[in-house]
Amino acid sequence: MAMELDVFVGNTTIMDEEVYQLWLDGYTVSDAVKVRMEGGVMEECEASADVLLSDTMDQYRTFQMCERLLYSPAKLANQLLFQIPPHRQAILIERYYAFDDAFVREVLGKKLSKGTKKDLDDISAKTNVTLKSCRRQFDNFKRVFKVVEELKGPLVENIRQHFLLSDKLARDYAAIVFFANNRFETGKRKLQYLTFQDFAFCAGQLINNWTVGAVGEQIPTDHQRSFRFYMDVDLDKEFLQELKELKILITDKDLLDQHKSLVCTALRGKTKAFNEMEANFKNLSRGLVNIAAKLTNTKDVRDFFIDLVEKFIEPCRSDRWTAADMKLYLTHYTNSAHILDTFKHQVVWDRYMGVIKSCIFKMFHD
Amino acid sequence: MPGKLKAKIVAGRHLPVMDRASDLTDAFVEVKFGNTTFKTDVCPKSLNPQWNSEWFKFEVDDEDLQDEPLQVTVLDHDTYSANDAIGKVYIDIDPLLCNEAASVISGWFPIYDTIHGIRGEINVLVKVELFNDLNRFRQSSCGVKFFCTTSIPRCYRAAMVHGFVEELVVNEDPEYQWIDRIRTPRASNEARQRLISLMSGELQRKIGLKVLEMGGNAVVGYLQCFDLEGESGLVVRAIGTACTLDKLSSGSAPNTATHTHPNTAPASNACNSPSKDGKESPLAHGCRSTHNSPVHSACSAQRLSQNFSVSVPTLIFTGMGSGGSAGKEAGPLKTLLRQQTQTALEQREFPFFTLTSFPPGFLVHVGGVVSARSVKLLDRIHNPALGNTRSYKLLDWNSVTADEPETRDAWWEEIRQEIKSHAKALGCHAVVGYSESTSICEEVCILSASGTAAILNPRYMREGCLDIGIVDHRFEDPSPPSCGFCHIPYDELNMPFPTQLTYCYHCRRQKVPDVLFTTIDLPPEAAVTGKGCLIQARLCRLKKKAQGEVNATAISNLLPFMEYELHTQLMNKLKLRSMNALFGLRIQISIGENMLLGLASATGVYLTALPAPGGIQIAGKTPGDLSNEHHILTIQKRINDTIAKNKEIYQINPPELTEEVVGSPIPEPRQRSRLFRSHSESSDEVSELDLSHGKKDAFVLEIDDTDAVEDIHSLLTDATIPTGFNSCNTEIMPGIYNWTSAVQMFTSVRVFRLSNANLTNQGLNKIFTDLCENLLKSFYFKLRSMIPCCLCHLNFTVAVPEEELIQVAVTAVAMTYDKDQTQEKPAEKPITKGCIETEEQLQFPMELCADSSSTNTQLSSKISGVQETTNVSSRAASVDYGSFADRCSTWLELLRLKAHTIRRGSVKTSRRTQSLAHSVSSLERSSPVPDGRSRSLRSTRGFGGSSVTVVKMTPLSFLPGTRIIKYLGIINMFFIRETTSLREEGGVSGFLHSFIAEVFAMVRAHVAALGGNAVVSYSMKECVFMENPNKNQAQCLINVSGDAVICVRETDQEPVPSNIGQTCTSETDGAT
Repeated sequence: MAMELDVFVGNTTIMDEEVYQLWLDGYTVSDAVKVRMEGGVMEECEASADVLLSDTMDQYRTFQMCERLLYSPAKLANQLLFQIPPHRQAILIERYYAFDDAFVREVLGKKLSKGTKKDLDDISAKTNVTLKSCRRQFDNFKRVFKVVEELKGPLVENIRQHFLLSDKLARDYAAIVFFANNRFETGKRKLQYLTFQDFAFCAGQLINNWTVGAVGEQIPTDHQRSFRFYMDVDLDKEFLQELKELKILITDKDLLDQHKSLVCTALRGKTKAFNEMEANFKNLSRGLVNIAAKLTNTKDVRDFFIDLVEKFIEPCRSDRWTAADMKLYLTHYTNSAHILDTFKHQVVWDRYMGVIKSCIFKMFHD
Repeated sequence: MPGKLKAKIVAGRHLPVMDRASDLTDAFVEVKFGNTTFKTDVCPKSLNPQWNSEWFKFEVDDEDLQDEPLQVTVLDHDTYSANDAIGKVYIDIDPLLCNEAASVISGWFPIYDTIHGIRGEINVLVKVELFNDLNRFRQSSCGVKFFCTTSIPRCYRAAMVHGFVEELVVNEDPEYQWIDRIRTPRASNEARQRLISLMSGELQRKIGLKVLEMGGNAVVGYLQCFDLEGESGLVVRAIGTACTLDKLSSGSAPNTATHTHPNTAPASNACNSPSKDGKESPLAHGCRSTHNSPVHSACSAQRLSQNFSVSVPTLIFTGMGSGGSAGKEAGPLKTLLRQQTQTALEQREFPFFTLTSFPPGFLVHVGGVVSARSVKLLDRIHNPALGNTRSYKLLDWNSVTADEPETRDAWWEEIRQEIKSHAKALGCHAVVGYSESTSICEEVCILSASGTAAILNPRYMREGCLDIGIVDHRFEDPSPPSCGFCHIPYDELNMPFPTQLTYCYHCRRQKVPDVLFTTIDLPPEAAVTGKGCLIQARLCRLKKKAQGEVNATAISNLLPFMEYELHTQLMNKLKLRSMNALFGLRIQISIGENMLLGLASATGVYLTALPAPGGIQIAGKTPGDLSNEHHILTIQKRINDTIAKNKEIYQINPPELTEEVVGSPIPEPRQRSRLFRSHSESSDEVSELDLSHGKKDAFVLEIDDTDAVEDIHSLLTDATIPTGFNSCNTEIMPGIYNWTSAVQMFTSVRVFRLSNANLTNQGLNKIFTDLCENLLKSFYFKLRSMIPCCLCHLNFTVAVPEEELIQVAVTAVAMTYDKDQTQEKPAEKPITKGCIETEEQLQFPMELCADSSSTNTQLSSKISGVQETTNVSSRAASVDYGSFADRCSTWLELLRLKAHTIRRGSVKTSRRTQSLAHSVSSLERSSPVPDGRSRSLRSTRGFGGSSVTVVKMTPLSFLPGTRIIKYLGIINMFFIRETTSLREEGGVSGFLHSFIAEVFAMVRAHVAALGGNAVVSYSMKECVFMENPNKNQAQCLINVSGDAVICVRETDQEPVPSNIGQTCTSETDGAT
């Protein structure tokens, strides 16, 4: 029966999680009904297609009305229009801000601008995520970005507080914001094999170690500094500057040789790939140190991941290193630098290599 | 004497952006009461302004306090042009005028605009200082409590039930004033909202005055309606039952909060006959009707009135326990009884009661449903003073307003008189479960009234209340409460209508009818076999379009046929479910331009006291025809199967009676030559007990034409309820006692457009039936996660808003119950299980289940009761006695109380003050927050944060698992919403969906501001929806009402944790 008007409103807002997911996924009402019918709800409670349609429409309307509140989730808790129990609210928010890895992989590191938004239909076609859903996810990224961009304090914490997200999701959003802000290149073919979670992990490393906020308990000395202090979104400019000092590791011939011999001594007999390691040491070391030294350029920051892959991961892979080899090599490579008596930049080196090490481990897929 | 009203504007939040340039708003607030207006400062450039205003003080008459709402308008300051209104909040301050209700109103209110809906929220604080009014000639009635609840409210006891009060006020509808042509829709809507709010206030005040005159202090079962008569004006009318209520001290009101466990009282009390101890609640003071308006000399245009009285008989009463020859005595005793009660009741003009459930012992016998309808022409009100033209009225408004209420009063008076005489014909002196309604289409209006004819206990009727039980012993009526009310009140030799009488299957002493229809709730002590279910009869009748008198005549000619057919349908469906009584019967007839809709809803049950219904037998008209015969056989088989299946579903296994009923004076049933659709016919031989429907046909349906075939088909196509669901339209679902605490109130509206221009009656019926059935199916589907659950108080309202549109609106509540009735010891497990299940799924129980041992004992006692009812009737009865005795004891206590302190009309008695003090102190003890004031202050404190009070709503008078500790006042709100961008708001469905959600939100906000956490007896009394899709416009009016209350979990003293923030902690575990 086609109704002119058909509404159902509960004092406690009724929401079906399955329908919510279909709505989020951008299904039209009729597609959603089809999916639900196939899912077998009908047999379960002797309903007809009409009933299912009417229910789906009701729920879609409810979600649409709620959507506006979900833009600023804190409002959901103190609005009066819908009476929704807290754990339901949490689910609503969490699901609304959830995203498809396939989609986010496409926009990661891109500018969250209108231009990108225009390309969403291509992304939609490519990822099999409906355009509607792409738009929601994109708008979510943009909204979160806008809000936390100017905020002081730890990025993850800011996101969690403003959007009431779970820790995991807040971390993912932090990664997305961080990537968008620094415009890291992730779309190149060579990087295609990396998943969003790989990048999110790396972003976490960078945020925790290379941003101003990462330095931690430093007492700010002047106002200027205190403003800078908690910004988590940008890399620590001072640190990037200091990275240049690491160049000595490759420019000073003695140091390079000394470093190499220390590493090789430590590695000998412990790996099958020893010969390749020995042969490639200088190349690899140059690669890593050069990446460090160039990070003051915004352009090179963007290429950070591609550089890691090109300068380090690819050579190693072509030499058939295993993940264990990689671990072994990088550990000794990092630690040996401490024994070099002429090398004075231990702190910077550790801060740099700590991140590089964990990023490479993550990015090196067997 | 004046009172002082104080208001403080604290803050706003989530305001809309009013200045596009800055994306901000410069908001300020106007606070208006009567003709006085105050303004706050402008809070520039903020969507979350903090005004923290001074206290605005209004010094006003208490009369105004009752009539006027406090009007809070939020505006956006504009330096150059006129200030833009953001929205308004109307705050009804009536609850503050009663010292027992709320003491402060404080909280966040949605800012409402009739065009844009809710636009942010505002935090307001309101207080009233009232000086005691000793003026005898005062016009105000502050302090009279109003309750929508149609039973004695849970934390009160009725010291006296005075009787019927009614009032109506009339005004011109602002939407039909000339000025409406030049003002904005917003202004027009606001004028209307304000006017109705004013009129409701005035109405309530006037009714309050009547109550005070009668010596009462409260109105229970207050039913206010408004009639939009269009050109001829706006009528706001109300009826109610005046009572003197005493507040129970919180300690002595143990189990008042729910119907769910009527069996907790010790069995020893159980056999105390209710009438033994002379409790006395005289309904003294004949009710004086203030409107003795002479009916204008037959003037009313054309008096088209047609009536219908359906009634099903019942018993008389039995001699006391040890087998007096009841049959013989019945006659004289009854006469005496009647004489006595009549004197008391005849003093009042209308012995009507809007209550639907009663203190034990109050209701003696029930006669049957009485109803009256009358068709009136609105544009033909003959007003001698004014002549015949409406235009004149518009010119001279004042004289009309003075006169018009009397015309309307006269109309209602006629109807009430009819009801009264119908009741008399049934041998009854009172009408209970009384209600009135109208249906208006253009200039034709149907006025309807219905109720249940009843005999009330004479002891409650007498003038004096001190002469307890002196004369009464002769009239002791020891009919067991579980069946007494079924016994016929009329003389069996002089029956008002043909019916079959048998001896009561429960006590075997008195006569009972074969079927019983009532408008009241099932008395909690009644003995019932199996479960009940919702039964609906639906009917559409086409009618030619016509004007004026012709139209009115056509309608009034159709009415009797509709009533008859609805009744037949009800009867058939009842039989099909193997049940023998209907409770909560409500027949609604709506007029449209080209059709009439009839919808009858009731809850069917099998009363143990009444005979088993016979089956339905199909008879062909031409017995010779073989193919026809075959056809009939198949139908007959289907019917029999359905009956058998229904018996199983509703667990109807009536006890077999071994002995034969003795000495039935009832003559052999007449020859059933033509029984088709005759509702009064029924057949079971009384002397012979035959429980199988197949052999002994009770009810014969004759198939003589296609119509009949259709009817039978529709009878059989009623969808069965999915397993796990039950439904009823009454307060209590017979057969379910162990409610758990999950509650989901909902409102659903559907409008169907008839596409086919030339429809037949049959086609329309099908459409209408499908519409209703599909709605129910939808509910079952949506609420599937609450299984096992019962849809209670299913209230259907039908309307024909336009030609070719049928609108059905439903408000009901779904409540979960514990399925494991058979378990001997229901430990915590099943309860928590039910709770967890629902939490995990779609519905959200707002409150954790009560988990104490007392729930268990309750449960187990209930459970045993349930089990036993199904097979042994006597046991079932004893279980019911328990509840009866339980209620009885409070009633007795009350009487003892009264003995100390009878001072008629005085509101306060020494004992009562004492008990009040007690209740306060116990509250203080139990919670750190002593009273409503500080409670709501506490809730305000959080306004910066994120806590919103959870407010439960239910159309029932109780919330399962909780105890109501305080009534905060009546909620009676009227809203209009209009849009000129219908498509943008999601079409008609989107528009109405958000409007209903907004109405809920506003009700909740007002309740929370009063310090409450629930609304009971909630109802949506009006939902008028009009659309014009071509113009992209729609308008809707909604009127809702209910009682704001504070309830606590049954098991503890603390108020139910009511902050989302608080509940959060306990619920998060399950959530993540």
